[in-house]
Order: sequence, then structure tokens, then C-alpha cells
Amino acid sequence: MATDILMPALSPTMEEGKLAKWLKKEGDPVKAGDVLAEIETDKATMEVEAIDEGILAKILVADGTENVAVNTPIAIIAEEGEDVSAATAGGGKGKPNGASGGAPAPTPDMQAEGMADASAASAKSSDDAPKAQAAAAVITNKAPDPVMEEFPADSPMKTMTVREALRDAMAEEMRKDEAVFVMGEEVAEYQGAYKITQGLLQEFGARRVVDTPITEHGFAGIGVGAAFMGLKPIVEFMTFNFAMQAIDHIINSAAKTLYMSGGQLGCPIVFRGPNGAAARVAAQHSHDYSAWYSNVPGLKVIAPYTASDAKGLLKAAIRDPNPVIFLENEILYGQSFPVPEIDDLVLPIGKARIHRPGKDVTIVSFSIGMTYALKAAQALAEEGIEAEVIDLRTIRPMDSATVVESVKKTGRCVCVEEGFPQSGVGAEIVARLMVDAFDYLDAPVLRVTGKDVPMPYAANLEKLALPSVAEVVEAVKSVCYK
Amino acid sequence: MAAGSEAGKPAAGTDAPQHRPAPNIPQFTKDEDLHAYREMLLIRRFEEKAGQLYGMGLIGGFCHLYIGQEAVVVGMQMAGEDGDQNITGYRDHGHMLACGMDPKGVMAELTGRRGGYSRGKGGSMHMFSREKQFFGGHGIVGAQVALGTGLAFADAYLKNGKVSFTYMGDGAANQGQVYESFNMAALWKLPVVYVIENNRYAMGTSVARASAQTDFSKRGLSFGIPGEQVDGMDVRTVREAAARAINHARSGEGPYILEMQTYRYRGHSMSDPAKYRSKDEVSKMRDEHDPIEMVRKRLLEAHGVPEADLKGIDAKVREIVNESADFATHDPEPDPSELWTDILLEARA
Repeated sequence: MATDILMPALSPTMEEGKLAKWLKKEGDPVKAGDVLAEIETDKATMEVEAIDEGILAKILVADGTENVAVNTPIAIIAEEGEDVSAATAGGGKGKPNGASGGAPAPTPDMQAEGMADASAASAKSSDDAPKAQAAAAVITNKAPDPVMEEFPADSPMKTMTVREALRDAMAEEMRKDEAVFVMGEEVAEYQGAYKITQGLLQEFGARRVVDTPITEHGFAGIGVGAAFMGLKPIVEFMTFNFAMQAIDHIINSAAKTLYMSGGQLGCPIVFRGPNGAAARVAAQHSHDYSAWYSNVPGLKVIAPYTASDAKGLLKAAIRDPNPVIFLENEILYGQSFPVPEIDDLVLPIGKARIHRPGKDVTIVSFSIGMTYALKAAQALAEEGIEAEVIDLRTIRPMDSATVVESVKKTGRCVCVEEGFPQSGVGAEIVARLMVDAFDYLDAPVLRVTGKDVPMPYAANLEKLALPSVAEVVEAVKSVCYK
Repeated sequence: MAAGSEAGKPAAGTDAPQHRPAPNIPQFTKDEDLHAYREMLLIRRFEEKAGQLYGMGLIGGFCHLYIGQEAVVVGMQMAGEDGDQNITGYRDHGHMLACGMDPKGVMAELTGRRGGYSRGKGGSMHMFSREKQFFGGHGIVGAQVALGTGLAFADAYLKNGKVSFTYMGDGAANQGQVYESFNMAALWKLPVVYVIENNRYAMGTSVARASAQTDFSKRGLSFGIPGEQVDGMDVRTVREAAARAINHARSGEGPYILEMQTYRYRGHSMSDPAKYRSKDEVSKMRDEHDPIEMVRKRLLEAHGVPEADLKGIDAKVREIVNESADFATHDPEPDPSELWTDILLEARA
């Protein structure tokens, strides 16, 4: 009986990849464990192994094909003697390949926003792609788009992923300033665990792109010491979950020394890496630390959503003379956004951005929380509720003025974040609105947050633990008394 | 170079102080002994004064005195060169004075006044001088070891030929990040000298009760870091070992560990109950191995310095210390507006 070989997922967040090369050709006999093909994503390359023996009857996806969705049949393996010409895709029993464990890629709500793949860009004008169209409409909103105020309005735009934007930001700053260097686990030879530092070793060499042992506490301290000497380290944590091992140096050594030295000893350092939930990695790999770091004087905390903000704010963070926590998000890494093609895109730290103007209700969010907020705003628009969506971009110092001004106009506010509710970023916004916008509020401010539980592994439970578009829509209707 | 072989001494394995003079004690010239005497005496008198001011309620919080350990930092400094960095834990007053920081600024920080090195915002455990290459003053046990390794990382990155003197106590030497730092320092051949000041007690816990390996010079063995046990009560042996270690680090050979066998006469901090060791133990060290008395005796007997000259030095040191105390008790407290300064630096446009 013929068996379909399916496009495997290399990681919990992978949705598609490139079929780089077939190592077997049609008609070749294969044994279990034989390498059939190489596939790659923007993060990694992996070999697809056969799990049964037979004949490679048909190759369904040719060498070099890009954007092959996970679980697409890519070849058919037939038993010896079987009529291979009869084999067709789907006719065989689908089997996830053995190489990756074959977990089906999750399809979280957030993937449509921000054009998850290159084809979505071309779907902008297509009537049969309403999701992508909606996303594009938000991102390219011209009336008026406050993003445009931060660089010349006639700047040419280039679509790029958040991943590319982050890499470009580091590369540009490293070209400009010899004191800037990157250190962390797998940043050099491996090209970055999430390929954020891709190509930096080749351009800047091992002196400035430093692979560390797996020793977060130690290398965070070394980075801070180097910053005391005037160097400008970019310390990459493979995820901020692992920065818990290093948090003493982030808080006690980096954030407090300027104050404790009476202004003598600054610490120009950036701690960056993915923060918060990815997909199916459970409680120890899914924590959102935005609220934790935002609690500490002496730190700046940035959590961008778009590629443009990721680039402009990372460049600003590297130039900033203070310790900056730069919270990225793994799911956003592969998403594409328009980024202005200008020489030096540096955006202001501590300024929120009105991503989508509206008059009826204010939705405040940041990082991946924006995906829920924007999709909810789109759904609400169809019901006649015009939501203004504010991307905080920086958590500390927090631009509450922009939020307050919006609430003065709308009288209603919902805060959206993936982090836990207690003492969260939303809790801080609520407290500030009580003081600065109390007389303008027509309803209590509501929060949509991650649930107050450690992140579960099971797909259904994980989905329940995270915020949803439906919860944002419901909260907005509640504050609008609809 | 095998760890522990330089001083030719066995591992210390018990609580009992074991200060055996090294077989070939290096000699100091008269000027070197005079310099060491002056420097060590300044630290001793300064710390005694700080103890008094603490007792009078003029110094708050924690106050960890360096009395008894003076030969370590003074001997290290005699072997270093301008531009080498220093970093240590919270028993830091002696290091600051040895680095050439102004006693007035140090004492005024202890009393929390505006003329203190940190403008009254750091206190005893958190003082810095960029000018004197003193990088703190750190209150988290062991944190300074990774930070000091980072100073050396910058030295190597900048190729400036400088060395980081990273001090820690026998207590800090058991922290995990110390070994993370040893690993990276050896891996990258960073110019750092780790000075483990083994004063035999981590607060009230003796070395033997806290450490499976009490020979701290061996703590870098698995990383290939050479180490030595050094008589830390004799400023001459300290300087000699320091010169060897610094030369190793400066010439690109990587880190080096010096276990300085020393002793603190006073409690861990001012509120120490002193129940964990006997008075006899303390007085024996004081009577037989005092680092300052040893130099004083040499100056009088071997170098023929008249007692009056030493009394002149004593008087001068007391005057410096009294001036610092006077300044520190009359200098105003920080302006209330200082509460809100030095939290963040302004970003340059």
C-alpha cells in the first residue's frame, strides 16, 4: 500500500518551509532511516528520513519549491512490486515523517495578521483573501498612519520579516560602532537558535559575534562587566525563560549600578531574545516577563510588534546608554511587515503608536497581543464599533499620555496581553487611567490576559490559556454596553 | 604550573589557622616596606574609625570591616599597574583606599552624605570610582566574579594590555557563577586574576563546614587555571605571587587563581555575635601574624628606621582618618532631589 510522505514541521511554530533538495529520485529503493530530502525554513535545515522501506514512487513537490505548507504530501512511497503509476497523492495513508516527530503545525488565531507568508502580500488586492486583505488594510492605513510620522512619508517601503529587521538592526549598529558586539548561545556558528544573528559571524568575525557556553548567569554578568568598561554588548537569550538564571545580573548589576554609583557607572547593554508563549512548549518555555522587567527602575523595556518597530527600536536600544530589555516573540519572527528603506531607521523609545484609529473604544496592547487586538478591531468594525488600537511598543517608560488622550476621546478601554493578569501590564494601565482619565471613563477598564495558570502543553488547553480574539471582542462589547 | 605547588604548602583542611611562612620569603626594600606600612595602616585606622562611627549611629545598615586582611589588597596593588581594574564584594573599604580613592569620599559614603563617592546612594557595599578603576563594591555574593570577568573580556576586546583583579571571599568561591566565569575566562584566555581572600569564615560558617575542597587554589583545576595558596598575612609573599599571576594574565595566558590565606579580626559585620570561633584563635592570629606588626618590626629591626619616623607616619595616618571622619560627619545629607537622579542616563541625540 502506498504511503504519502508529508511535509514535516521542524519546530512548534513552523507553518511552511522550502523543499531544498531531493536526495533520492523516483524509482529508487529506500530503507527506513534513509535520507530522502532536505527541507529548510528561515530558522533551520533538516533532513527528511524514510520511516518505512519501499520504492520512492513519486515526487510530488519538486526541488527548490518554497512555501510548502506543513503536512502537504511531498512524495509517495510504494511497496516493492506495487504499481507506482497508480499511486496518487492522498491515495496513500498519510504519515507524518519520522524526522521531526511530525507534530502538526499549530494554526493559532494570530497567524493571519501581519501577512504570515510572502503570498499574503500579493493577496492584498485579491477579493478572495479577506483575512490578508484586512491585515494589509490595517498595516498600510494611510489616514493618518502615525508610523509615517517617524520617518519621511515618501520613504520607499520594503516587506521584510521581523527576523530580518532585527538582524539588519544589529548589523547596521555593528558597522557603525566598533564597541557593539553580540554574545549568547548559538549566535555565531549556528547562526542563531532562531536565526536572528544570521550572517553576523561572517561579516563581523568571532571577536564581535561570540558563542557562549550554556551559562546564562555567567555570560550575563560578563556582558554587564564589559558594559561597565564602555563596550555595548547585545546579550541574546535563547529565550527569556532562561534569563531567569541571569536575572540577578539584569536587575542587581545592570539596572541599579548607575544609581548606586552616584551616576558614575553606566551600563549600555541590550538583553534581547524571544519572550512569552511560542507554541506547545509548556510552562517553563512560555512565560511572558514584560510585567516583571517593567517593574524595575533603571531598565527600559521594549516589546515591538511590527518589523519596522523591531528594527527602529532595536537600533535605538543599542545606542541607548542604559540597560534595555528587548522582548521579542517567536511567533512574530516569521511575520512580514512593510519597513521603510531609509539609511538610519531609529525610532523613539517610550512612545506608543496608534496602529488603527477609531472613536468608540481604545484597545491597548503590545507585541503579539496586537494580533488579537487588531483582529478583534476588524471584527468589531463589521458590527459598527470603531476601535482605536494602540501599540505600546515600549513598556517602560510607558507612554500613558497616548493612552489617556485616546481614552478621553473614546471613554472606554480594554487592555490585551498574553501575560498573567495579576500585577500585569494591563493592571498598570488600569491604575494610570484611574488617576489620569477617571472623569472621562464611561465604563470600567477591562483586561484580556493569559489565564492565571502555568501554560499547559495540550493543544486545546494551551489555546484556552491564551487570550483569544473572541475574548477581546466580548470585552469591548461589554465596555460599550452592547 | 601545578596548582598549589608554588607556595609548597599542603591544603588547609581544618578550622585552625595555618600560617606557615613560605620557605623563600621575598625581601622588600626599605621604601617598599615603608609604602606597605603606610598603606596598610591607613586601612586599619580607617576601619577602626568606621567601627567607632558605626557604634555612634553615624553609619547605618551593614558595615563589613577589613581589619586583619590589609596585606592582601596592598600587596596586590604593589604588583599591578595603572589602568588595571579592581572589583570586589561588600568588604570593600580596604580595596578602595588601596586603589587611591579619597578616604573622605569613602567615609562620607559610609555616613550617607552628599560628598560620598555615590552621593550617599550606595553606602558601604556599593562604591565605585571610574577614575581609579574601582568597579565596586557589590552586595550580591559572587556577582562581582562574573562582572570582573566581564572587565577582563573588555580588556581582551580592546587589546589594552590591562588586567582585572577580581576579588572574592571563601564564601563567594562556592557560588555557581564563579565556575561559569572560570570556564569562560579559561576558554577565552581572559586577563583576569581571581583573588580568593580566604579569611576562614563565610559569615559564621568556617571553610571546613562549607567547602568540600578547602584548597581554593585548586578550584580552577578542571578548567586548567593555575592556582597558588599564598600567605596572605605577609605583604611580601602576596606581592610576589601577585606579580606572577598578573604577568601570566597580562601576557595572554589567561586567568590565574590566588588563594590568599588571611584572617579577619572583627566580626562578619558589626552585628556579629562572634560565637563561632574562640577569642584565643583571634588573639593568636593578631599576636603572631599581624600583617602590619610584621612590617613595623622589619622597619625597626632590619631597615633601621627610627621609631620616631614610624610614629610620624602613624600620626599622619591618624590625621587623614580624622579628617575623613570630620568631613563625613559634617557634610550635609544628599539634597532630596537626589532621590530622582542617576536612574537613567539621557540618550544622546
